[in-house]
Amino acid sequence: MDNLIGTMARIISYAVILIAFGFANAIIMGYLERKLAARIQRRPGPMEVGPHGIYQLFVDGVKIIGKQLIVPKDVDGVLFRIAPILAFAPVVLPFIVIPFSQKLQARDFNLGLLFIVTIASINVLTIVMAGWASNNKYSLFGAMRSVAQNISFEVPVLISILCIALMTGTYSMQGIVKAQGNVWFILIQPVAFIIYFIAGLAETNRNPFDLPEAESELTAGFHTEYSGFGFSLFVIAEYANMFLVCSIATVLFLGGWHGIPLPFFEYTGAVWFLAKVYVLMVVMVWIRWTFPRVRFDQLLNFSWKYLIPFSLVNLLVTAICIKLFPLLKEML
Amino acid sequence: MNGYFRDLYMGSKSLLTGMGITFKAVFQPMVTVQYPREKIEVTPNIRGRLFMVKDTETHTHRCIVCNRCANECPSSCIYLEGVKQEDVKGRVLSRYVYDFTTCSLCGNCVDVCPVSAIAFSCEYELASFSKEDFIFDLLKEVEENR
Repeated sequence: MDNLIGTMARIISYAVILIAFGFANAIIMGYLERKLAARIQRRPGPMEVGPHGIYQLFVDGVKIIGKQLIVPKDVDGVLFRIAPILAFAPVVLPFIVIPFSQKLQARDFNLGLLFIVTIASINVLTIVMAGWASNNKYSLFGAMRSVAQNISFEVPVLISILCIALMTGTYSMQGIVKAQGNVWFILIQPVAFIIYFIAGLAETNRNPFDLPEAESELTAGFHTEYSGFGFSLFVIAEYANMFLVCSIATVLFLGGWHGIPLPFFEYTGAVWFLAKVYVLMVVMVWIRWTFPRVRFDQLLNFSWKYLIPFSLVNLLVTAICIKLFPLLKEML
Repeated sequence: MNGYFRDLYMGSKSLLTGMGITFKAVFQPMVTVQYPREKIEVTPNIRGRLFMVKDTETHTHRCIVCNRCANECPSSCIYLEGVKQEDVKGRVLSRYVYDFTTCSLCGNCVDVCPVSAIAFSCEYELASFSKEDFIFDLLKEVEENR
């Protein structure tokens, strides 16, 4: 019984911390994105609320909480209401297995990587749910695009993850990080990293692959009908999803929490981990504010004609190398 | 297959060029002016509201009360009065009312003035809560400024 209470307390505290982290990440990224976008367009960005506008996102949060949650007349009430909540859940759940440092990890499953991939694919379902329940043609178009996009981009993501799994022989996140003690996998698998990053960009529905919410074509895509906190849950989920994609990239390719040793490195490794993740996120923002949106046929062509063949060849080469040079594996 | 790798090469190259451009833009100076706190010099050719030019020699206005500006004004926003003084030839300006609420800044009055007594000012911050603030007495202004 004691054990049960302890476990429950652990689960609840993890859940609270992870959700709080999801929200904090949205605030940091929201501010960072607005500032970077502004700098790229040579404007100052938010400047009014607090020094350099650092309180802007908090004020926005208060405003959004104060907004009325409008449920339009002919929507599917139940689905419409639960879709934003469900959109948030699958992006927070994978945080359980993310190794922030050697000891800062909620749970180290031995199938952690597969767990993330499995849970993250629920995200598409919620987008379809939101698009369908909204009873709006733009929402439905956005949702349909999202499905096609996610299906075609999940394949290269999985194949490039498989390359790493072949090399390390484990799906445990902690195991993959530990395997990169000497060499980060980005040096051994640069092609897999590039493919993973591009496909991850598409998985998070961000520019230049933001077809599900293309403003100029679909008003706002699947969240056209959402207002107030329902809308902001989608936005927070998008940022959490970005964090997730970048943290997987960090774990798989950039050596996770490895870095210059700091005191109490079992915990402070998180500094390096977060630094790497946020650098990748900044690159994502940079890409968003550089490139225009791709057309739908270009999007699918890109995945099926370039990413998937290249990742398959990469997988094949990796497999052959591992079979031919078992010594290489020993060395890592 | 024709051009497959060339497309890949050219595409990647153009994407990297684009990212280079935005990267450079981050370090370039900002072009935004934080208006209420920061102001920039306006060009001297700006058409602000009218004002009466002060003559450098006589230290007063140059108006000869010919009434041409008031006659020329398409929206009748200028009203002026003159009085006869004994020792002065012609009439002397006693009142010059300029109603900015109907002025369209067409510049006919400035063009038609034979002595260049009126001109456009560089004043652009014109906002108020009452209509009366935009009815200017230009003669009073030029005399107070003396």
